[in-house]
Amino acid sequence: MRTIDQTTQEVLDLASKHFQVPANSLAPDDDFFKKLGIDSLQALELLSRLENHFGIELPDYEVQGVSDFRTLASRIQSRL
Amino acid sequence: MLDLSKYQSIGAALNDALDNFADETCLIESDREREKERLTYRDFKQRAHLLAKALQDAGFKAGDRTAIIMTNQSKWLISAYAILYCGGVMVPLDYKLTPDEQWQLLIHSNATFLITEYAIWRQLAASSRRNEAIHVKTILVTEAPPNVALDGAQRWEDFQRRGEPTFVARMPTDVASIVYSSGTGGRPKGCMTTHENYLQQGHAITRIIAFEPGIRYLSILPTNHVVDFMMGFLLPFTSGATVVHLRTLRPEFVRDAFTRYKIAYMMLVPLILKNLKKGMEANFAALPKGKRAILNALIRVNRALTRGGPRLWLSRRLLRQVHRAFGGELRAFGVGSAFTEPATIQFFLDLGIPVANAYGLTEAGTAVSVNDPRTPRPDTVGKPLQGTEVRIVNPDPDGIGELSVRGKTVMAGYLDDPELTAETIVDGWLMTGDLGRVDATGHLQLFGRKKNMIVTEEAKNIYPEDIESVFEGLPVKEFCVFAANYIWPRRSMVGEQLVLVLRLEEGQTLTDDLRRDISARNNRLLNYKRVHGIVLFDEDFPRTASLKIKRNILAERLAQLDRAAAILPL
Repeated sequence: MRTIDQTTQEVLDLASKHFQVPANSLAPDDDFFKKLGIDSLQALELLSRLENHFGIELPDYEVQGVSDFRTLASRIQSRL
Repeated sequence: MLDLSKYQSIGAALNDALDNFADETCLIESDREREKERLTYRDFKQRAHLLAKALQDAGFKAGDRTAIIMTNQSKWLISAYAILYCGGVMVPLDYKLTPDEQWQLLIHSNATFLITEYAIWRQLAASSRRNEAIHVKTILVTEAPPNVALDGAQRWEDFQRRGEPTFVARMPTDVASIVYSSGTGGRPKGCMTTHENYLQQGHAITRIIAFEPGIRYLSILPTNHVVDFMMGFLLPFTSGATVVHLRTLRPEFVRDAFTRYKIAYMMLVPLILKNLKKGMEANFAALPKGKRAILNALIRVNRALTRGGPRLWLSRRLLRQVHRAFGGELRAFGVGSAFTEPATIQFFLDLGIPVANAYGLTEAGTAVSVNDPRTPRPDTVGKPLQGTEVRIVNPDPDGIGELSVRGKTVMAGYLDDPELTAETIVDGWLMTGDLGRVDATGHLQLFGRKKNMIVTEEAKNIYPEDIESVFEGLPVKEFCVFAANYIWPRRSMVGEQLVLVLRLEEGQTLTDDLRRDISARNNRLLNYKRVHGIVLFDEDFPRTASLKIKRNILAERLAQLDRAAAILPL
């Protein structure tokens, strides 16, 4: 079982790969919309990628209103 | 298709539709690739009547207001029909708002019943503003897991009574719903939409977009929005067509739904249409050189053969692969709620996929004008709908001025705000705050806004007043949020941004600490509501005797600054 810190790090790694930004440029409390300059549809793409990686389903309503990596990671963690 | 112009209320029209099309499928609900439910009109009626009877037994009366806060799903529509059957007034609220914002609108609407989903209720129940909503007596929650405490709410699934509910007739001028077009941070704008507004609008739209049994509509815009309520409920239901709900908006599942359910129509917002275009262009570019050349040649042939208007059967043959990816039965995309760039529409027209782009606002029912997909003019937003009059107020030499609208689709007014209603509806004409002109062929063209607001490509209406509270307490002398295009008008509907105007204290400068404070506050706003830049203003803001900022005068003074130099990045 991953710790929340590991999950958060994996979320950051995946986001940096998916949107092709340097891994060390993202931090847990960053707002991913702003930091990555993405819209809501691109955020949904990231969610799909995260679901595949973690082997979970993350319903849309679970991530409604979430915009920072740390909260996103905690929602994932609760479903692991 | 029922003739909606003959009905007194949408409840009566839906009631007839459920009997007329009893054996047709009205709803398909799918969660990702799993189909969860498929209902006939008969099933739908049966379920709605169990709820309607329970509502009436619980004391629900004609005119009672019921808020619905749900994602797109069958129970949204079942609940809405049950409310209308009992003569009630719907208050559809945006499920994407924060719990505090939802309570604020619930309080303003005076709703006595609330129907919501468990995931939303969990957050609503935890909000401190709940205590202020003393008039909300009955709360129904769908999909609650077994054995969880519902904190004063009841299970939707258990709230049903056998027996025949009593149909309560309504008059055309009675209010059918209160739809909030804005006002979560400031002055709530609850548009009182009458039965006649809906019926007239529905009647006019079906002259352009036809539904019939067997036709499937994919509903992805939120049903609380007037567009989906019309296109994803009222029109398909009164035509015996089928509405498909997905419990996710992930692009891969939306794509899959097209082929799985052979979708004929889908309404979307410009951002999604643009995204679809981007994805398709990437797929085309990835084709081997030879195939790409053939595709481009076919697109050119299609464009030439459909110059006079779409010929679906021909385009489906010529560009078989493209149309197959959309299920092969797509008749048109509808796009509205925000401005769509003509090039995006043209891309789909070239592929033989009709696009009906529209212009409208909640205050005018749903749509003011729709581009007829049979004779599209992507550089315009189509002709005004039948029964809707459009007038240009104070046109400039190019014929551009504020659009005003008159007709039976214009709302009755804003709930509990006669002053704002009087400012907005003048001598029967709805002042839209949008700038446009009508060309020689009667098509409407848009050229920006006169009002201080923006609409994002995701179709979010943002009023600066609604987001200012997040900056309260900022250590500056005064501040104000504006739409940049309101201060510096542009003849354009794209690239709209909000700016934070600051009046600093004497001797104060824009330090890194202040910037950080602004950014932190800005980040508390949902992403689409954030400001994009700072404007420094070195005079005190003009204010009224009651100390309200005179926004229009301030905007005029700000307009003296050079836009490019004045907006500092955050």
